Amino acid sequence: MKNSTIIWLVLLVVGGGYLMFRTGSGSMGRAYVRHETFDAKASFEEQIQKLDNEEQKDIADGKKLPEAKSAARERLEARLPDLEGITWTKVKSAERGELTTDAGQPDPAVVFSWSRTIGLWIAALGTFAIMSFLWGDNVFYKLAEAVVVGASAAYAMVVGFWTGIIQNLFGKLIPSVMRDTVLPGLPSSQHTEWIYIIPLVLSVLMLWRLAPVGGWISRWPLAFFIGATAGIRLVAYLDADFVQQIANTIMPLIVFDNKQGLLIGKSIGNIVIVIGVLTCLIYFFFSFEHTGAVGSAARVGIFFLMITFGAGFGFTVMGRIALISDRFNFLFYDWLWLPLPGIDA
Amino acid sequence: MSDFFRNLDRRWIFLVMGLSVAIPMLMGVVFPEEPSQEVLDVFNAVEDLEDGSNILMAYDYDPASKGELEPMAAAFVRHCAEKTHKLYFITLWPAAIPMLQKNIEILNREYPEYTYGEHYVNLGFRPGNEGVIKVVVTDLKKLYGNDVAGTDLNELPMTANLKNIQGMDLIVNVSAGTPGTKEWVQYAGTPFDIKMVAGVTGVGYTPLVPYVPAQLTGVLGAIKAAAEYEEAVLQNYPELRKNPATQEGLRRMGPQLVAHMLIITLIIIGNIIFFMDRKRGVA
Amino acid sequence: MKRTVPLVIAAVTGFILIASYFIPYAQSWGEEAMIWFDILAAIAFVLGGGNLLKMHLQKISNRRAGWGFSIVTISAFLITLFIGLSKMGVNPAEKFPEWSWSGDYLQEGGGFKWMYDFIYLPLAATMFSLLAFYIASAAFRAFRAKNTEALILLGTAFIVLFGRTYAGIYVSQPIIDGLASITGAEVESLMSLRLDRITSTITQVFILAGNRAITIGIALGIVSLSLKVLMGVDRSYLGSEE
Repeated sequence: MKNSTIIWLVLLVVGGGYLMFRTGSGSMGRAYVRHETFDAKASFEEQIQKLDNEEQKDIADGKKLPEAKSAARERLEARLPDLEGITWTKVKSAERGELTTDAGQPDPAVVFSWSRTIGLWIAALGTFAIMSFLWGDNVFYKLAEAVVVGASAAYAMVVGFWTGIIQNLFGKLIPSVMRDTVLPGLPSSQHTEWIYIIPLVLSVLMLWRLAPVGGWISRWPLAFFIGATAGIRLVAYLDADFVQQIANTIMPLIVFDNKQGLLIGKSIGNIVIVIGVLTCLIYFFFSFEHTGAVGSAARVGIFFLMITFGAGFGFTVMGRIALISDRFNFLFYDWLWLPLPGIDA
Repeated sequence: MSDFFRNLDRRWIFLVMGLSVAIPMLMGVVFPEEPSQEVLDVFNAVEDLEDGSNILMAYDYDPASKGELEPMAAAFVRHCAEKTHKLYFITLWPAAIPMLQKNIEILNREYPEYTYGEHYVNLGFRPGNEGVIKVVVTDLKKLYGNDVAGTDLNELPMTANLKNIQGMDLIVNVSAGTPGTKEWVQYAGTPFDIKMVAGVTGVGYTPLVPYVPAQLTGVLGAIKAAAEYEEAVLQNYPELRKNPATQEGLRRMGPQLVAHMLIITLIIIGNIIFFMDRKRGVA
Repeated sequence: MKRTVPLVIAAVTGFILIASYFIPYAQSWGEEAMIWFDILAAIAFVLGGGNLLKMHLQKISNRRAGWGFSIVTISAFLITLFIGLSKMGVNPAEKFPEWSWSGDYLQEGGGFKWMYDFIYLPLAATMFSLLAFYIASAAFRAFRAKNTEALILLGTAFIVLFGRTYAGIYVSQPIIDGLASITGAEVESLMSLRLDRITSTITQVFILAGNRAITIGIALGIVSLSLKVLMGVDRSYLGSEE
């Protein structure tokens, strides 16, 4: 066995053993939840009581409870018999600081959660698997990558289904069915809008792209998509990014304050901005040869652009480092339960 | 020595980078922050509004950028809650829905007087990128009949009479890319003259600078601006200092400084080797 | 038919949306078109998922290199899809307890939320955080001051990297204090020379100018491209002749 392999094995066994010991003794890698029982009938009775109290208050003030609230109370009362026995347990994540009460005793409402603890360990080991790519491409990274690719595609599909297709397509084509199944809160004023047959047909045509034959028909909804995008972008970019930007560049080159005193800094700044915008635009004019005055102006423009890109690099570096901080925060605080300064352990 | 750096295995650089972030984090190195004028412009945009104003909280970021944006998103929520503004949460990113929930949990935990439907509402996500903005800016209920819990928007006090977002006093957008701040400026802020502030990643900051201040009142760029904004909020609402969660951005500036110094050092060393090689005539 | 009808659809849709900006009567048509657009965007997610499935199934059936990982991808995809579509572990909405499928699919405690919190979020976040390491390596290997332009770029990057941390204040404040004591000027009047203030100036003047020109240039490009698409001159989105 190679020396490096032995070293890796020892690190794995010792490190893994230490982690298992700490987890077993409750010092790290555990997730807790707060359970709360929800009783549907009790909840509705509470809402009815609240409306009753409001009515009492209105009567005492010489007013009547608004019609809408009276109607809402009637609807709640009508549903009460169907709610008998409908209860469930609400689950909420409990932070580390919530494990004990203010008196220092274990909070009975906070219980250990196997599913979240397993999830926490999967997340931590998955984080290491992805980070192992820094050492070199390996099977653990490829596994983690395959999982995230599959999961993220399915996530987008599920979100698109429940928010786009159910809410906006089926909710408008078959509102009564949706109201009886998954969207009971759909406004009662929502009736079938037959015009939504068109997006339904376009949707089917779009999915035809996956079919072995006739995939060309997916160009029709794609054309709708592209045409819509081109239409809205044409006006939006012209307004916000062209006309408004020119308007914003028309600025006073000599700036005075309220008392007619010259603001040298602001004036120089405005002059530099106008020169900068003009010279950069001159640089972007590739139809003219960049010689003579045009060439000199373009050269000044390049300097402005280099400053812009240099600053952009600085900001980019800043952004990326913050992402690593976040992952280390998860590993140190959420998984290893290290006592990070400034946070209750 | 120069040969050592010339042939340096990049994994050593990775290790040093990791340590430069981990060690300051474990030591709890925190530096004082002074809010800059750009950050104060954003702060004042929220602070100067009358208590109870209507704010559209458009949070468009995903797990990949939460490290940078979550501190500023949370700071915005706390600041708006201190001002008892009415918050309308919405997102254009499918992966941002749990991010909205996490920020709403701040309201549930720290501001128990905030009631759903009266002080805040979660409209959730709809697919369509800028197409969503185009609809909500004229007729919101054509796209959003219900909130995320399935409640009819006509039954919630905050949204019962809400036709569109043109009546919003401010749009607070936290964005990691496209669709994001640029789209909100192009399709809502500019054509309908709705006041807007934004918080973005470092990468997305510089392209938004041309919009300030005429089309975008102010922009927070990257974690540094998030830390400054947190400091501005804490200076004005000092009781929030008791809660460590309000200083997440400030805590992340310690590793940031060390890592920046590392990057600068690496660039300098790389250039020294480059110039040494050029002097020696090595290609 | 195969290419003419899409061109007409694109043109009609685009011009209706342009008209809806300017003609109040056409505004409702524009809103309707955008809702259809949003529905198709949701279908695009479904198409993306379907395409992934098709691609990986082909990879498995052809036994191409890495087909084992395709099985993992498809398994993760199908499991997540099943959990999300079936709302596994999701309680009904509190306002509609009689309807067992009324709950939010991303409800706390549900299976789909579990997948998001412990699979998708940590893996996706870690994947992007690797960029920090590669930026450090790239800065060491590639960032060279080879000419004047590169020197300006590098210099600005240094100022921003310094100025956007406490180091900028820590290093430049004593210099300013020293300058003030030497020249007899007020410290406040020299504050614009502090590194963080210089960074602000760079942002509000130079970055603004450069990016404004880029924004204007991009806007003109988008406008011309959109017009070309709507007029049928640019047909690249139709793909190859069939």
